Amino acid sequence: MTLPAIRVRAVTKCYGALQALAGIDLEVAQGEFFGLLGPNGAGKTTLISALAGLVRPTSGQLEVMGHDVATDYRNARLRLGVVPQELVFDPFFTVRELLRIQSGYFGYRHNDDWIDEILHHLDLIPKADANMRTLSGGMKRRVLVAQALVHRPPVIVLDEPTAGVDVELRQGLWQFVKKLNADGHTIVLTTHYLEEAQALCGRIAMMKAGRIVALDTTSHLLSSFASRSLKVRVELGDVALELGGTAAGEWVEFGFDEPGEVEILLARLRQAGAGVLELAVGGADLERVFVEVMRRA
Amino acid sequence: MPEASPFIGFRTLLYKEVLRFWKVAIQTVAAPVLNALLFLLIFSHVLDRHVTVYGGVAYTAFLVPGLVMMSLLQNAFANSSSSLIQSKITGNIIFVLLPPLSYRAFFAAYVLAAVLRGLLVAVGVWLMSACFVLTPIAHPLWALAFAVLGGALLATFGVIAGIWADKFDQLATFQNFLVMPLTMLSGVFYSIHSLPPLWQQISHFNPFFYMIDGFRYSFFGQSDASPWLSLGVVSLCFALLAALTLRMLATGYKLRG
Repeated sequence: MTLPAIRVRAVTKCYGALQALAGIDLEVAQGEFFGLLGPNGAGKTTLISALAGLVRPTSGQLEVMGHDVATDYRNARLRLGVVPQELVFDPFFTVRELLRIQSGYFGYRHNDDWIDEILHHLDLIPKADANMRTLSGGMKRRVLVAQALVHRPPVIVLDEPTAGVDVELRQGLWQFVKKLNADGHTIVLTTHYLEEAQALCGRIAMMKAGRIVALDTTSHLLSSFASRSLKVRVELGDVALELGGTAAGEWVEFGFDEPGEVEILLARLRQAGAGVLELAVGGADLERVFVEVMRRA
Repeated sequence: MPEASPFIGFRTLLYKEVLRFWKVAIQTVAAPVLNALLFLLIFSHVLDRHVTVYGGVAYTAFLVPGLVMMSLLQNAFANSSSSLIQSKITGNIIFVLLPPLSYRAFFAAYVLAAVLRGLLVAVGVWLMSACFVLTPIAHPLWALAFAVLGGALLATFGVIAGIWADKFDQLATFQNFLVMPLTMLSGVFYSIHSLPPLWQQISHFNPFFYMIDGFRYSFFGQSDASPWLSLGVVSLCFALLAALTLRMLATGYKLRG
């Protein structure tokens, strides 16, 4: 049986009275594109930090590719690349110096071929000899990704990698990450951009208050929690809200599972005298699922 | 990928720490040399004709080993402590914590880089002091032993301060209320035999005194305390601080939450 890329068993982390992780059990299979979602303070970054050895869990066990992150930290860390959430950099060095140094920390010298390849894929070649201080925020974000990949880890964790990043870079980054995933790398992604998670992740865990409150394939989450949506702009918005809709600006939104329900909804609106001015039907989206899961948890 | 080597990790961290201070060598090497020379210029100008030490050593010559060692110690402390606090505050310490570097490699790299900076400054002060007075080294091995051990002791102290401090002003507390007074009161500018008996006794509880005095022995073959005693005290202090620092690193104190 193939080892999971990541295995988390009964992990808790307490900071005094605050329980940041309240008993997490999780397995991510090799080659998965896995999403870890949750509101701020849910414990996502704490879990990632525990996996990377940056935080010591109060109890429980974490493994990367079968290597315990505490007792066999050397092998575990060699197999893990982490793109941190904060835009941190060392102002003393150029991009290439930084990548060579990072490669050396992991025990690899003469790694320039791979470094050049990463620089090429992340469109960093023109900035290779620029000092980190001179780079824009987006460029610094790319360097963070490059640093996480410099030792060719089979498991890559991206902690909100597209926060504050322009559309062009975001698309380029996702192309590269999808290529890495296609090449066999396991990807774990945390993001607040739920449309990105929906488009990229095969499986998703949602966290709240240090617990996993939903864990399933993306398609199953979408089909089991919500539903598609009918948005209507009506003459009498209050009437539509009384029929169970939720306000969304000038629009009122209804969820539905079966297409036949649309006809019934429209008929009820007509009967109530809320003349429909415009309507739009939307597909199921992760944002609705997320809101629903967080509401129920 | 070839097999990863733990030794390369240590060597890279050492290289990075050396490169870090070398890239700003005007600030980290040249400026301390200039500071020490200003001390030498002023004190020798004021006191050289009035003070002789060890029955015949001119005061300016007496001053040189003390200033060389003081510069070495202060810069060794400054290097490891400032590197760590800067990395912690800017957050880039994460790049050292994510790789599989052992805590021993971490300790050795930070301490060695700091010792190297201290030695560079020390050599600079000694060479430039030749503009004022020639002070040949009578016992080079003693000089090397005290320079390396003293530098390692202060570098280790710098690692402790850098890990413990969360803000620059906390680090400045170490510098201003421990390192600077203990250095100034260690006999850099005087022989403790010129002090009243009580202060002579108190000076023997200052580990900096043994570093300065032992180092001065290597120049003149004379000192206030036996060089063997000084070597023993400095070695013991280093061993104790190194054990404490390794313990802090092994448990992840203030580095791994």
